[in-house]
Parts: sequence; C-alpha cells; structure tokens
Amino acid sequence: MNPRRKSRLKVVLFILLGVSVAAGLMMYALRSNIDLFYTPSEVVNGKQNDASQKPEVGQRIRVGGMVVAGTVKRDAESLKVRFDVNDIGPSITVEYEGILPDLFREGQGIVAQGTLIEPTVLQASEVLAKHDENYVPPELGEQMEKVHKPMGVSSADLKGESERDQQQKENQ
Amino acid sequence: MIAELGNYALALSLAVSVFLAILPLWGAERGNVQFMALARPMTYGLFLSLSVAFGALFYAFAVNDFSVQYVVNNSNSNLPLQYRLSAVWGAHEGSLLLWIWMLTLWGAAVASFSKRLPQEAVARVLGIMGLISIGFLLFVLFTSNPFTRTFPDFPVDGRELNPLLQDVGLIFHPPLLYMGYVGFSVAFAFSIASLMTGKLDTAWARWSRPWTMAAWIFLTLGIVLGSWWAYYELGWGGWWFWDPVENASLMPWLAGTALLHSLAVTEKRGAFKAWTVLLAILAFSLCLLGTFLVRSGILVSVHAFASDPTRGLYILAYLVVVIGGSLTLYAFKGNRIRSRDNSERYSRESMLLLNNILLMTALSVVLLGTLLPLVHKQLGLGTISIGAPFFDQMFLIICTPFALLLGIGPLVKWRRDQFSAIRTPVVVSVILMALLGFGLPLLLQHKLTVSAVLGVMMAVIIVLLSLYELHQRATHRCGFWTGLTKLSRSHWGMIAAHLGVAMTIWGVAFSQNYSVERDVRMKVGDSVQIEDYRFEFKGVTEANGPNYAGGKAQVDIFVGDKQEAALFAEKRFYTVSKMTMTEAAIDWGFTRDLYVALGESLGDGSWALRLYYKPFVRWIWFGGLFMALGGLLCMSDRRYRFSKIVKEKTNE
Repeated sequence: MNPRRKSRLKVVLFILLGVSVAAGLMMYALRSNIDLFYTPSEVVNGKQNDASQKPEVGQRIRVGGMVVAGTVKRDAESLKVRFDVNDIGPSITVEYEGILPDLFREGQGIVAQGTLIEPTVLQASEVLAKHDENYVPPELGEQMEKVHKPMGVSSADLKGESERDQQQKENQ
Repeated sequence: MIAELGNYALALSLAVSVFLAILPLWGAERGNVQFMALARPMTYGLFLSLSVAFGALFYAFAVNDFSVQYVVNNSNSNLPLQYRLSAVWGAHEGSLLLWIWMLTLWGAAVASFSKRLPQEAVARVLGIMGLISIGFLLFVLFTSNPFTRTFPDFPVDGRELNPLLQDVGLIFHPPLLYMGYVGFSVAFAFSIASLMTGKLDTAWARWSRPWTMAAWIFLTLGIVLGSWWAYYELGWGGWWFWDPVENASLMPWLAGTALLHSLAVTEKRGAFKAWTVLLAILAFSLCLLGTFLVRSGILVSVHAFASDPTRGLYILAYLVVVIGGSLTLYAFKGNRIRSRDNSERYSRESMLLLNNILLMTALSVVLLGTLLPLVHKQLGLGTISIGAPFFDQMFLIICTPFALLLGIGPLVKWRRDQFSAIRTPVVVSVILMALLGFGLPLLLQHKLTVSAVLGVMMAVIIVLLSLYELHQRATHRCGFWTGLTKLSRSHWGMIAAHLGVAMTIWGVAFSQNYSVERDVRMKVGDSVQIEDYRFEFKGVTEANGPNYAGGKAQVDIFVGDKQEAALFAEKRFYTVSKMTMTEAAIDWGFTRDLYVALGESLGDGSWALRLYYKPFVRWIWFGGLFMALGGLLCMSDRRYRFSKIVKEKTNE
C-alpha cells in the first residue's frame, strides 16, 4: 500500500471510529430519555388491553387525559395538588407539587410527565395544558378516538362543543 | 375591494415569477442577452406586486375588515393597533405571505447590490429565486389564501389574536427568523447557479459569502429574540425547551454556521467546494423542512397553533421537489467541481473540517431527536417523546471538543503548520482553564457541579485563546496598539462571534446549574429567602387592560434591609379568547435575573407564586447578539464591497 493510500485509510478509519462512538453515545442517551405515552386506561389495562403491556411502577411515562371534575384537591399548607385524569374509562391519580398551567381546569385535556409510584398513581414532574380552550393533545385525541369509536362516542364530543357544553350554554 | 386587490396582486406575482423562472434561465443557457437582462426588472416587479399584496393585508387589519376570514381569526377591534398590524404574521396564511414577500425582498436586494456580477450569473441566481417563489405562491394562493372572504355573513367582531402573541416579541421575532430562513435561499440560488455552469471559483465564494452571512445574522437574531420572548412571556422562566419548532430553527442555524466556515475555506484556499455547495443545499432544505414541521401540524408543540394536513402534504411535495431536484443536479454536475486541495493534515483547513464535522454531528442529534418521535409513531410503535436531557447530554459532549477546537483553530496557519508553534500558549491556557474552571464557580456560587465546571472551562479556553490570537495577529508586524487598529473588520468579526459563543456557554453553564426555582404559597406579608434575596409578597391589586381583565401582584425584593427591586407580576384573563395568561415580572441584572410569576389564587388570601433566581441568564442572549455583531463586522469587510473587487479584477 502506498503511503498516500495508507494515510487516507487512517483518516477514513478515524472518521468511522468517530461516527460509531457518536452513534453509540446517542443511542445510550436516547435509551434513558425516551418517554412512552399512555392514556389512563392503558395505564390500568395495558396497551391494546394487553396486561403485559402495562407500565411498571418506577417507570417514567407521559400520561394524557382529561381532568376529572371534582377531583382536584389542594393541600392547605403547600402547593401539593392531587387530581384524577381519565379518558372515559378508568382513571388514574396524578400528584403534583407546584403551579399548574394557566389553562388547567376541570374537564381540560392535559399531559402529565412523571414517574409511576403506584400502579395507578403518577408523581408528575411536569403538567402541560395547551393554550387553547378546546385543545385536546393530538396524541390523546388519536388514542381516544381509537378507544371511543367502539363505544359510540364521537370526536366532536371530545373537542369543543360536546352535548354537555351546549346544555351549559343554553342554561347560561 | 382592497382584499381583492391583494388577491389580484398575488396572482400577478405568480405570473411574474413563472416568467422570471423561465426566461432568464433559458437566456443564460442560450447566451441570449435580452432574456438575461429581464431578470432584474422582473425581480423588482415581483417584489413590487407582492408588496401590494402584503400592504393590502396590513390595510385589512388596520381598518378591522372583518369580511376577511384571516382578519376575523386573528384580530379584534379591541386589540391595540401595533398588535393588529403584527397579527398579519400571527398565523399561518399571513406568515407565509411574509415569507414570500421576504423572498422577493432578498431577490430585489441581490438584483440591486450585484451590479458588478456577470450578467449570466445574476440571471441564473434571480431565475432560481423566481423558481422558489413559484412554489410558495402556488401554496399561498391555493391552500392558504389570506384574502378569503367571509361573505355573505361576516361577523361583527373578530376572534382575537392569541394572547400569547400579543407582545412586542411577536412584532420582531417572526420577521427576523423568516429573514434568516429565506435568506438562505440566496446561498442556495448561488450554489445551484454555479452547479448549472460547473464554474465554482473563489469569486463565487466571495459573492455568496456576504449573503450567507446576512441570512445567518438574521437567523441568529431571530433565534435569540425567540428564546428571550419564551423566557419572559411563557412564564416558565426557561429559555430553550428543545421544542420541535425551536429545533426546526436551530437546524438551519447549525447548517448555516457550518456553511459560513466552509465558505471561508472555499474563498481563501479554493478547497471544500463540493462540500460547500452541498451545505448550501442542506441549509435551505432545512429551512423548508422547518416550515413543513411547523405548518403541517404533525408535531406536538406549543407553536403548532393552526394546522391542516393538506398544507403539510403540499409542503412535503415541495420539499421533495426542491431537495430531490437540487441533489439530482448535484449528482450529475457535482463531479465537475474540482478542488485544489493540497493542505497538510495539521492545518487551518483541517481545523475547519473538524468544525464542520462537529456541527454536522450536532445537527444530526437535533434532527434525530426531532424526527424520531414522528417516525416512531408512523411505524405504529406508539407515541413517544424525547426529553430535554437527551439534547442536553449530547450537546455537552459535542460542545466540549468544539470549544477547544474553536480556541485552537484560528491559531493554526493555512495549508501547513506545526503544533509546536503554539504548544506553550495552549498548555498555559489549558492549565489556566483547569484552575479557573474550578475556581470561578466556587468563587461566584460556592458549589460545584460537573457540567458547570465543564461549561466554565469551555468559556475560559475560548476567551484565552481568542485573546492570545488577537495579540499574536496585532503584534505580527508592528506594536500591539497600532496592530489593533490595522486588523481587518472580518478579523474583529471573528473574534466577536467567538467571544459570543463563550458568553453563551458561560450563561448556559451558570443558569442551568445554579438557578433556584421555587414555587411557593404566600399570604400578604410573607417572605421567602432565595440566596441573598428576600422576596416579600405585598398583595394583589386589580389591573385591567383594553382587552383583558387582570390582577397585579407586588413583590418587593430586599438584600439585607436594602430594597433591591419592586416587581409587579400580572395575571390576565383575555375576555374574547377566554384565555388566562401570565405576565412575569423580571428584575434584570448583569450577573443575575430575579423572576416572579403569579400563579392562581388558593383561597384564604394566599396565592401561588413562582420565584426564580437565575444567575448570568442574560449572557446567553448577549452571546447571541455578539455572534450577530461579529457577522455584521465580517459582512462589512472591505473585500466584500463589490466595487473594490471589480477594480482589482480590472487591474489584474
């Protein structure tokens, strides 16, 4: 092999090494930072109603659902708050300490990120609500549609004007 | 009537841009001077007719013309005038019109500042820019026309602009960012034009460099402003969320930064040519990808306000045409580009190559992190999200060698050099870096974390080696002070930009590691101690505005017994859109920010309050401004003034 080729080979090997190290690091960093999304019923029953697909206690997950009316309980001394979220089906409890987003309301769609501390209790590190009053997180909207179609719930009921909304408006 | 005029102007623009795309390019291919000469007037014409359309939309907003759907969706008669006007780019249709108007603005700028360029080159560049505008005009006209009427039943009042966007940030952030995005189309057009002719000389690099620089400056300022806006407007006190839309603007910035550095090699040494062309294509493609990601609504993001799948599909198709087309051209003509590459392994060229490699690595990290959730979902593997820690870790790993390289790179000579020439200063700087890396965080914050030490080390090494380089360059021929006055503007630009990077890293290191963020429950008269500052809650008073009802909390901040600041954090309820917004109050300082945001009322007279202490957080944006300033200095360098180039040429 002539010296020119040899030096080129070295450069190529160096680059390959760099790329593989970078890819390895990236995979490693990714593995510990991917959070799977669940709906409350998936947390309780497992994805596709498969009990083996349930998140484990201690796992970091994201849960999206609607805040169940009448379940928001605040601690009298601190900023701790507990509330239930559901997606028509079983609900799970979310615990959070801190200031809730401006648009947090009962009946509002939210996404909570955190660790599952009991099979149906999520210790949230972050609660997100979108800046739109009729907002349903797209990820949640899709999941809910999948679950609800068999139950005969239309997507219009979930977004914006549901029958209940209309009744409320009429009452006002 | 005015709206129809706007619509007509849009259609006219489409016609003009079709001619602009065909005639000059055809003329350049055939050597037809008359057709080539059409490029300039048609570019001005396109700019003019789009300005009419743009002006028409402004007018519709200014006079509250609620017979226009777009105005109804984004404005309201109670909205103050400045927000009504900036609402023009508050949503999808208008921001696309802004985009395309800017595209023609850049075209007009190229047409008027390139008087000395060969006519053939101008014709090709302007023709390609016309080609780009056809795609966008079709898009605006057929899928997102801002002039659609609401007849026959037009509403009495509009729905109002999203309150989040009712801020001075909105007036400047999108235009700056778009100027940057669209500006890369010029670099792209220059590259494609040179691919068509197969002529890629240093003169080409010299022409396209200031244009790329200008686009990069706008993009930098846009990103900085966006980050600052998020910091004070969203009320979370964060400055970067690794949100997909932020990533979409960061990716072209990384590609653009790589492009600037590789253009330097092409201009000075005539090397890296093919790579530079590829980078120019990449940068512009990423700008388009950004638009696609933001506007298609396939992303879950705070920015994805209005979205529509058909629009997404259109942009995707456009993306495929532009990227596919330019890469095909590259495949056929790219091999004609020859670089005179005779540099040694240890040389400035290699340093800049490493710079490019690291920037590309960073780019692929961001790209992966942004697109992986999308791919994952499309493959039916479930919805996932990739958290900020992934990006933070990866950027820490990438930045560490990058900072060292950034310090050493400018000290290495072009073509061939020996490391022994700079061994002593580098060793001394590394020792100082190690000392200061531990010393400064201890001195300023009294505790250490790994990433803070690393960050401070990075900032220190950049500053030390940059100053050493400045000293070396200044004392090259004469004394230090006279030498300083003789340095070229582009050299000062480089130093300013590199110091800007150091400042940003410094700011990030301190604010990420030493911020204190407390959510607290307070009654009137309660106080909370954070570091040296005592926050005392004085109560909430009423504060209503033209289109909102709100409350204002007063928080006094004391250091010892001395009052440092009085902050007024607001909570607003926008009556039309029925949205609650938090307006944070910030006492800004050179070395720290104190941040107060008002949460909700908790009954029994107590309120939730968010109190932050953020050391050096401003430095993040100061650094960005320094980078932009550096770019500006480089751009104004003597050698880019075209008259000068021509004089040199005639002398040769």
